[in-house]
This record gives sequence, C-alpha cells and structure tokens, in this order.
Amino acid sequence: MTIESWLQAAIADAERRGLPELKPILEALARSTRALRAADFNDDAAGPNT
Amino acid sequence: MMTIEQFGRRLRARELTAVRVTEECLRRIEADNPRLNAFITVMADQALRQAREADQELAAGNDRGPLHGVPISIKDLLDVRGVPTTAASRVREGHVASHDAPTIVHLRQAGAVFVGKTNLHEFAFGTTNEDSAFGAARNPHDATRSPGGSSGGSAASVAAGMALATIGTDTGGSIRIPAAACGIVGLKPSLGEVSIDGVVPLSRTLDHVGPLAQSVTDACLVYHALMGDAAAKPPAPMPMHGLRLAVPRKYFCDLLDDQVRARFEEALERLRTAGADIDDVEIQHAPDIAPVYLHIVMADAAAYHATALETMPEKYTPNVRLRLEMGRYVLGEDYVRALAGRERLRREVDAALSQHDALVLPALPIPAPTIGASTVEIGGAAEPVRNLMLRLTQPFNVTGHPAMAMPCGTTSEGLPCSVQLVGQRKQTDALLRVALACEANILGARRTDA
Repeated sequence: MTIESWLQAAIADAERRGLPELKPILEALARSTRALRAADFNDDAAGPNT
Repeated sequence: MMTIEQFGRRLRARELTAVRVTEECLRRIEADNPRLNAFITVMADQALRQAREADQELAAGNDRGPLHGVPISIKDLLDVRGVPTTAASRVREGHVASHDAPTIVHLRQAGAVFVGKTNLHEFAFGTTNEDSAFGAARNPHDATRSPGGSSGGSAASVAAGMALATIGTDTGGSIRIPAAACGIVGLKPSLGEVSIDGVVPLSRTLDHVGPLAQSVTDACLVYHALMGDAAAKPPAPMPMHGLRLAVPRKYFCDLLDDQVRARFEEALERLRTAGADIDDVEIQHAPDIAPVYLHIVMADAAAYHATALETMPEKYTPNVRLRLEMGRYVLGEDYVRALAGRERLRREVDAALSQHDALVLPALPIPAPTIGASTVEIGGAAEPVRNLMLRLTQPFNVTGHPAMAMPCGTTSEGLPCSVQLVGQRKQTDALLRVALACEANILGARRTDA
C-alpha cells in the first residue's frame, strides 16, 4: 500500500469513527513512515540482497 | 536528603532509625505534595509498619542489606499488592493489585519501605507528565516546569526529599528524561535484565524497569535489589586513567540548548583532565531512530489498548487517546521495517562500543520545559517538546543497551543539565563501574554558571 493511499484511507476511517482530530497526527505518522521506508536498511525483493 | 549509602551507615551506627527517616519523608510528602503532585497514593500506614519491622529486625541482628529500612517510592505503573495501580488513568479505576510485581517482591525481601505510588504521564505514554488523570506533576527546581516523564512524579519525589530513591520505567527515556530534568541519577538497565512482569506495559519490546536515585552508588544498590540480589555491594569504579569514552556527535549533539551544550563540553573536559581518552564515533543510522522507535512503540501500545479504546475512550486523557489511536493505523509491513532498522541500529551501537568502555552524550537536549509548552526554540527554530525530549534516550531503548543519566551542572536559571553514559549490552555492571569512576568528575560541574 502506498503511503498516499494509506493516509487517505486512514483519515477517512478516523472521520467515520468521529475522530477528525486524528488527521494532523496521521499526517505526522505518514511523514515518519515515508522516512522509514526510505531508509537503506529495508529489503527489496528485486534488490541485490537475499 | 541523605543518600542510601549515608542512611545505611547511620542506621547501623544507631544514629537514626528507619522509622525516623520514613517519618521525615512522609512529613515532606505532606508539606510539598500539594505543590508538586508527585504522589498518587501515599502509603503512610504501611510505610511506618514496614519501617518499624525494619528497625526491630536490625535490633535483632537480622540485616537484609543496603536497602534495609530505606524509604523508596514506586511509579504507579508497578503492582504492589493491595494497592491500586492507576497508571495515572481513569481507565484503571477500581483496580487493586492482587500480587506484587517480581521487582516489588525483591524490594520487600531487601527490606525497603514503600512510602507511596508516584504520578506519571498516563500509561507512561509521554515525556512531560502533563497528561495524567491526577493532574501534572511538577519540577521541584521550578514548579512552573515539567519534572520530565513519564516517571516524573518518581523523579520529583527523590529530588524533593520525599524518598531516598524510586523505581521507574523507561520505554523511550522515561527514567533518564525525568532524572535529567530533576537533577538526579537514572539507570535504564540492559534490555531484559530486570523483570517487567507486574508492570502495566507501554511496549513489551521496549519497556525497562530501573532506579532513579541521588548517586550512582545508590542506583547500583537499587538495581541489584530489583534483580533479587539484595546483599550486593557496588562494584569498584573503573580506573579513570585510560578510560575509553566515545562521543557520538553527529545527530546526538546537533540539536542542543546552548547551556546544555556548554555543561556537556565542560563535563567532557573534566573527564579528559582526569585521564579519560575521549574519541568521536558515528552511529550511521541515528537519523532513522525516531521513525524506527515510533512505529514499534505506537503499534505495541495500540495492541494493548485496543479494547479499552473501543469500550471506554472517554476515560483517556485527550492527547494520550489520540496517540494510541494513531498506533492502530501502523501497517504490519512498516512494523517489520522498523524491526529491521532496530537490528541495524543495535549493530551500529555495538560497533561504536567495541573499542570503548562507554558512549558519553547529553541525556536531554533542553532543560526542563515549562508546563504547557508544545515547542521549544533551539537554534532559531521551534522544535516539538516531545520529539526533543525523546531524541537522545529512545535510541537505547531501541537497541537495548544500558544507559544512565547523571547530573552535570545547571543553567543560569538553576535548572539541571545531564550527561548520559551508554554501555555494552548485557553489561550494566560494567556501565556502573564507568559511571562510578566518572561521577565525581561530572558532578564537578554542579554549580550555576551564567
């Protein structure tokens, strides 16, 4: 799942649950997730390491 | 207030009694707790009963060791049988612990006297102690400021002389942050050394139990008692001459308050003068620590709280509820990425320590923040308080290395600054030997500099 589609779904779910104030917190989590996924310690099925 | 070491000498010399010192702690709690809000539950009757028994046992020749008769406080996250474990939350209303946590069993066996259960950031999920069902705890050095968190009431209780030592928990810095903010010593042992059973969890993969105390020796005595070794004596200090220390400047010294930086550099200079060899080292993936930590702690905490979030959400304080709700949106694949990052960071800290006895770095980038502040200005930019307070401590929850905070002087406003020492994994005693050697030199900075 891309971060963009995840964030969109998460915000919609939070609003459905009556928690619109979660939006800025979820956006902060998305920024953190973007940094995590960009780190060079992540495995990649198409990459050089097995 | 005297240290545990001083108390023990005077107790055995019959210059004081456990009852007398416990009464003094209770007197201070009565006088100062309305101002500091350090305690949620004061256990006066039980404490006096335990103190009387300690005095009677000693008179009969039964000496349980260094913690015999010592008044201590306990973070209200650990189970003490017959007493509520509130976790500073209305979610826990009506709870009374049926058993002691194993660490509490060990402290009882060591003869400790429990003066009460201390305030904390709700469910240990915060660094300032502001979000508590019982109101914010306050810093004894300046009651308009936070004592740090999450073990803020614990640190305040020792700094204000309401207890000789205290037991805290540390998931991202919750022992070391309040120790630093209140000017005392805080030890996070190596991961897994001290039992976390009978403790309300924040993250079972990051949680630690450990002592906050007035000296390294006291922290050492309480640490050994927590593990069931009540008679242990502090290890010999490591020789200062040739002590190999390393400063991870990149990331760890990038974002510091000017006065915190000055006290830290002064402490380093004193250590060099005393004979320590101090190198620089780099932990390459240090900038990835915050996302790695966040994805682990949020998901772990969300799993524990999921049912209560559905059934009694209104009982959480608003900020803690929102952070817990955020954790429910962490994806499994990102949790696994965070675990991979954790392993990489662990190896890098191991490598940084491979040629050194300890890492040395600041414990807290800023002095204790004002209660209610959401940002603090550093280097001309406003930085979030929560991020800053976790920045230098959470790495070693992620990696599991033992770490301790020690006071290294004060700001011009009289607010404590603190140095952090980090030792090799599963080598907490070796870290304590380093800390015992460094303490006198680091504490040489205990003065107010303009």
